[in-house]
Amino acid sequence: MNQLMERFLGLPPLASEHGQGVNDLISYLHWLMIILFVGWLCYFGFVLWRFNRRRNAKADPVGVRNHASSYLEIVVAGVEASLLLFVAIPLWAQRVDQFPSQDESTVLHIAAQQFAWNARYAGADGEFGRQDRALVSNDNVFGIDPADPKSRDDVQVLNEIHVPVNKPVIAYVTSKDVIHSLKIPAMRVTQDATPGLRVPIWFKPVKEGRYQIYCAQLCGNGHASMAQGFLVVESQEAYDRWLASKVGAATSFE
Amino acid sequence: MQATSPAIPASTHHPAHHPETGFWRTYIFSTDHKVIGIQYGITALCFLFFGFLLMLMMRWQIAHPGEPVPIVGPLLAAVLGDVAARGVMSPDLYNSFGAMHGTIMVFLGVVPLAVGAYGNYLVPLQIGANDMAFPRLNMMSYQLYFLGGIVMLTSFFIPGGAAQAGWTSYSPLATAIPTDGQTFWLIGMVFLITSSLLGSVNLITTIIQLRAPGLTWMRLPFFVWAQFTASFLLLLAFPPLETAGILQLMDKLAGTSFFLPTGLAIGGKLADISGGGSPLLWQHLFWFLAHPEVYVLILPAMGIIGEIIANNTRKPLWGYKSLVFSVLMIGFISFLVWAHHMYLTGMGTRISAFFQTTTMIISIPSVIILTALLISLWGGSIRFNTPMLFALAFLPMFGIGGLTGLPLGFSASDIHLHDTYYVIGHFHYVVAPGTIFALFAGIYYWFPKITGRRMNEYWGKVHFWGSLLFMNLIFMPMFVQGLAGMLRRMSDGGLQYSAAKVPGVAGALSGPILGLNNFILWAAAGLAIAQIPFIINFFWSIAKGQPVRSDNPWEATTLEWQTPTPPPHGNFLKPPQVYRGPYEYSLPGYDKDYVPQNQPPG
Repeated sequence: MNQLMERFLGLPPLASEHGQGVNDLISYLHWLMIILFVGWLCYFGFVLWRFNRRRNAKADPVGVRNHASSYLEIVVAGVEASLLLFVAIPLWAQRVDQFPSQDESTVLHIAAQQFAWNARYAGADGEFGRQDRALVSNDNVFGIDPADPKSRDDVQVLNEIHVPVNKPVIAYVTSKDVIHSLKIPAMRVTQDATPGLRVPIWFKPVKEGRYQIYCAQLCGNGHASMAQGFLVVESQEAYDRWLASKVGAATSFE
Repeated sequence: MQATSPAIPASTHHPAHHPETGFWRTYIFSTDHKVIGIQYGITALCFLFFGFLLMLMMRWQIAHPGEPVPIVGPLLAAVLGDVAARGVMSPDLYNSFGAMHGTIMVFLGVVPLAVGAYGNYLVPLQIGANDMAFPRLNMMSYQLYFLGGIVMLTSFFIPGGAAQAGWTSYSPLATAIPTDGQTFWLIGMVFLITSSLLGSVNLITTIIQLRAPGLTWMRLPFFVWAQFTASFLLLLAFPPLETAGILQLMDKLAGTSFFLPTGLAIGGKLADISGGGSPLLWQHLFWFLAHPEVYVLILPAMGIIGEIIANNTRKPLWGYKSLVFSVLMIGFISFLVWAHHMYLTGMGTRISAFFQTTTMIISIPSVIILTALLISLWGGSIRFNTPMLFALAFLPMFGIGGLTGLPLGFSASDIHLHDTYYVIGHFHYVVAPGTIFALFAGIYYWFPKITGRRMNEYWGKVHFWGSLLFMNLIFMPMFVQGLAGMLRRMSDGGLQYSAAKVPGVAGALSGPILGLNNFILWAAAGLAIAQIPFIINFFWSIAKGQPVRSDNPWEATTLEWQTPTPPPHGNFLKPPQVYRGPYEYSLPGYDKDYVPQNQPPG
């Protein structure tokens, strides 16, 4: 049933573990909407035909005498409440509260800017250098403390963000200038990138490929052309080779 | 001098007639609620038309990025300069038009029409009052609204053009854009908000204090209840935005950082601030207004629909009490849902669960109202005149708008749909074929009372069917685009994200999805053409429409129809006394199928 609805709605391809949950919720809701709307429309069409002045010259001032509509409203409220309690809230809790452990995940920092995506990896030592908001500048978008030795092997890339497949990704999302929004439709993730805030998100890519990153928040006159960001999901080996090919620190203050 | 001025003979001095006043006092600086209502109405209709033209140009731009706008292109280039070089809209200009389309439609078009015009003109008449409680304050609220509009319009012509940060004006973008458009926007908003505050105080006081004897609360027409609730929303929700607007103005002009955090790197100047502010604070203050504002748009519309449905089904509204309580409940809960616009700012489970729950709860009274209006049709003797057609179409159109709010109201499904065209489709179904249809219905319905003439029925119906068709052709494809992932506010209509530009990328926009932009453009052009019969009909009918033969041409029950046509200064020839509820249609035992509220029993 839901597959039928997904095809009808034309949802874009899916490549993350939790994404099916988002799709399912969208499908359930559209079933509810379509059933209600078609029901209303049938009733509506009938009354317009039946109670046209030509067919019904004298109105009945009381009209409907039963309480069927109240029961219907209770049923609709019940369906909404069940979707909320048993589908929507648990799915959201899994997204924002139940993070996988950092050791088993690919951890990266993402900083948006007008009009590109920066990503930073911990490098060989597995630890990020110290960061401070007060250090953020046009050539230090993450506010890295250059004095911290841990920052020396960190890898920073622009727009091409690689992650290994079948391993959770934890990304800390922020911005150096205005509000952007990191949206990767295939992963069914969206997170506003707000300057001054660093918000973690996580998802588990399950299919290799090259996926579009959208900026979903109006961020200035280049908003529409902020389309150079891609998430590349590849095998662990390919990912390791790619990361090793990047020289630590050299790219961080360009 | 005294000797030469003609004295008014006492015998012709009727209490309802004040001495003749000159043109300026009668039409421009009038304190008569009806004149002010008409001033609001005409101004707001002009702004609605202007906002619609902005949208038409934007639709061209996103359907044909990089091509000069036809017809008006040279004019844009001549008047606006570099931002419209060769008649092509630059992204800056697109963002200006986008921000101003939203601002104009909401703050200068629909709200002034729904509350300023309808509220002003009809509420005193429907409650049997001579005028509003504070006539001079009323005049001042219109003047402030007009000034706010002038400030907004002026901003198009300053160097760099109008505000570009969307009608939501999120900081830091709003502060970071180097031109002065945002400064004008904020000053304009302060005028508009002050105007709304004065207007809402006036309406609330009028409804509480000036009801005719016998007009108890539960005898008020549904429309008055809707205006009453909408006024409370304006009164309570707007002050936070006025405050926030002044704070953002200080961020822009005085170098403060209320909404600007530490660690901001935009060019050289903005980095030179103390920081420590919160961009999220602006969003909270903005949406604390802007969600109740949505109900300010829809409640008066529901009120209009209620009046017209009762009149044209010739029966009382079904479930009057539950309608009234639902409106009050919507008003109350509308203050508790604002952060559902902010699910993706990084919201935890508890807060998101709270706002999802309140959002589902507010859908209950909305469904009750829609259901009660639908059930009101059962057993009626339905007259299909133009006002009724618009009123009937409101029901399924608002239904679509409301239902498509569901997947946006759940935070988990909002992940995919947030900021896509699905959102645009959703709220336009509520406001355009929803509220604006109700406003059209109201114009056709009350036109005979205001002018003494009817609008042409045939052209009214042409206007209706054209509008219904093209509204749906415009907004229905937006759901398809949104589900496919197309985002709003893209000055090239998503071209950079298309499969043609980024081959081999999963999730790029397909050709057909992008092609819908062109389809929507022509549908919008169709909608423009469908408004021509309305505009001609409107002006032609003022002068040449069929004169009404009675003061109550629709055979209605409420008090505004028990006045002379058009109502004179002071409204009623003698103070009305109310004896019954608002919708006593088709009652057994009467020779006519309607009993006016002021008809004594027996």
